[in-house]
Amino acid sequence: MTLEAIRLDGVEKSFGAVRALAGVDLVVSAGECLGLVGHNGAGKSTLMHVLTGTLSPDKGHLAVAGETISGEWSAAASQSAGIRCVFQELSLCPNLSVAENARIMHKPLKGFGWKKRARDLIRTKLDEIFPGHGIDPDDEIADLPIGKRQMAEIARAFTVMSDPLRLVILDEPTSSLDAVTAEQLLAYIGKETAKGTAVILISHLLGEILSASDRIVVMKDGKSVAERPASDFDRTSLVAAMGSEGHGGTSHSATLQTVNHTSPILVKARPDGMATGPELIVRQGEVIGLAGLAGHGQTRTLLQIFSRDHASVDAPMSFIAGDRQSDGVFNLWSIAQNVTIRSLKAFTRFGLIDPASEARMADEWKSRMSIRTPDMDNNILTLSGGNQQKALFARALASDATVILMDDPMRGVDIGTKLEVYDMIRTEAANGRSFIWYTTEFDELAYCDRVYVFRNGGISDEITAGSISEERILQASFAETAA
Amino acid sequence: MINRRLLRAALPFLSLAIVLAATFYVQPRTMSYFGLNLMLQYAIPIALATIAQMFIITVNDLDLSIGPFVGLVGCISATLLLNNPLLGILALLACVVAYGLVGALIHIRNLPSIVVTLGMSFVWLGIAVLILPSPGGKAPVWLKAIMSFQMPWVPLPIIAAILIGGIVHVALMTSSLGVIGRGAGGNPKALQRAGWSMLKTKVTMFTIAGFFGVLAGLSLLGLTTSADAHVADRYTLYSIAGVILGGGEFIGGRVSPLGSVVGALTLALAGAFLIFLKISPDWQIGAQGAILIIVLAMRALISSGEARR
Repeated sequence: MTLEAIRLDGVEKSFGAVRALAGVDLVVSAGECLGLVGHNGAGKSTLMHVLTGTLSPDKGHLAVAGETISGEWSAAASQSAGIRCVFQELSLCPNLSVAENARIMHKPLKGFGWKKRARDLIRTKLDEIFPGHGIDPDDEIADLPIGKRQMAEIARAFTVMSDPLRLVILDEPTSSLDAVTAEQLLAYIGKETAKGTAVILISHLLGEILSASDRIVVMKDGKSVAERPASDFDRTSLVAAMGSEGHGGTSHSATLQTVNHTSPILVKARPDGMATGPELIVRQGEVIGLAGLAGHGQTRTLLQIFSRDHASVDAPMSFIAGDRQSDGVFNLWSIAQNVTIRSLKAFTRFGLIDPASEARMADEWKSRMSIRTPDMDNNILTLSGGNQQKALFARALASDATVILMDDPMRGVDIGTKLEVYDMIRTEAANGRSFIWYTTEFDELAYCDRVYVFRNGGISDEITAGSISEERILQASFAETAA
Repeated sequence: MINRRLLRAALPFLSLAIVLAATFYVQPRTMSYFGLNLMLQYAIPIALATIAQMFIITVNDLDLSIGPFVGLVGCISATLLLNNPLLGILALLACVVAYGLVGALIHIRNLPSIVVTLGMSFVWLGIAVLILPSPGGKAPVWLKAIMSFQMPWVPLPIIAAILIGGIVHVALMTSSLGVIGRGAGGNPKALQRAGWSMLKTKVTMFTIAGFFGVLAGLSLLGLTTSADAHVADRYTLYSIAGVILGGGEFIGGRVSPLGSVVGALTLALAGAFLIFLKISPDWQIGAQGAILIIVLAMRALISSGEARR
């Protein structure tokens, strides 16, 4: 039996009503490379934050090297237990040099001559992992291109000072690396695990996962649903494991009316930065889904369409933000004001707002969206999250916009509200409105006429209503190897 | 790229050289030991206040209370410290601790530093007026002696500027702890993930700022020899301008101690230069603002050139 690097027993973590981790059991042995895969919201990143001590679990136990953690679990404790993580959004200080960033990770780098030691430490590791890297330890991070920043952060995670190196978590480590450096990294992972360090590798490149890891754990809905040696998986079985067996996605699709293929095209756009490749086309009355792993260009494309940047749009638009608090509601305004802001022109007379017709519009949408409030003049924050989101939908639907862009708007909304809004979307589509809907929830794609799957900023697949299946979307979301 | 970075770092020094040359041209008699001493002596307290401000800006906060704080230190020193040195020292220490506590409050309650320090500015001013309702008091003899010390060959303000800038440069830019302070401004999340406490870092930076604020107040009193609660009200804006003139940025932990001191010298010198031009004091603040805008515009030009490449 090999030594355990880390063990999780029944770890649970919830954010409000959302259960991000629903009892995870996970063991990583010393000297093992564990591949971790799962679709959006499977709980991968929450798990990482628990391991690195930035989140503490609600329930369950954590054991490092066979010893259960009893005291307080914190970033500092995780650090001295030898757990390192390369996060997807980089964790370097852009105003510091590469060597100074190494210093931040290692408390013993101090006293006279610390800078020389820091430079030597990081240079040696960079040379070891990425021969010919061309990074000077005195380069400021802000001056380096993204690929080199990622190389610096990866190298930093593998440097060893006084604390032992037990487990390194790599979250999409190759997303900004070119093919050569990615290959160098995978080779180095092999060398490092041979020395007894455990590695958790998270990647959307299944080829990478299959070739680099010894064992693969598939996560879904906050639990690990499959766990086998990597050699027992292939691309197809891995994708199948990520999906679920009994999804009745097709039942909705049957009820969709087929959109006339001669109805006018309202939006035509090619995701930014792609000179060629498929275009996104939206016809009148269509509900278009944007799928794929989070952060692969869906929101960027929505914003690109909204700003009519390299996109031909032949209709007024409205945008429903996903992050309600920062991009959606006006915190200090009433519900009515939040609903009518997009349509002020419609009831402005002689440059002034006509309060009577504003109130009429607010009340009309209160009943149409069934916003649960005694008075539309109450502050927007008196509403529950789901009802705030309804108000934002009302803002878009009350306007003259015929194309509605939605940036994963159902995040953290209860199921009852969701169903009401889905109905509304289908009704409005039948009346000739078009929707472009980025969603991270597979179930919502069942309400779409067509789905574009995004990968690496471009469209990797286009699926029409009849043939939308979770497996096909997963296939298109995960690439075999880096492009 | 390297050239532009160098150019940007050299900009504060260039600005100082230009203002200095212009002053020498308008009034050649300033090109002497006494001329420089006279023109630059008030640069010492401004430089110290600027360094205090710089420590706050390093962690992405802004201190709108440093001016009244310097005034308060002057009032305490001209009364308490003069009559009862032990009590005076304790009072000054309490001021430094209070600065640290303000930092803790800002971090723990996640409050905007501008609001908290704006509020604190009235607190400092109020205490100062309570201690010394009308201008008066007397600077301790030793303080006057230090500030009027005549160095052979090189005027005191120049030596002081080099000393202040050099010491802070070593502490913040090259020491291993300074890296943590600047990292806290660059990416607080990364710092926390590496196991550092943001609370401790902020409190430390605010405490250091309080310490330099006390030094600024003492040196100012040594020059003016009597205190006034309102004497340093302009220092708040001077200190911010000094940091920015010196190449610092409001967010992101990018600051330069040497640049900040040079920025403070430039501001002090610009005041003298405008007097020599016989510009009425009413217009001086505006003229100083114009100098600030010109330097910042030049920096923006350099940076935009950098981005285009």
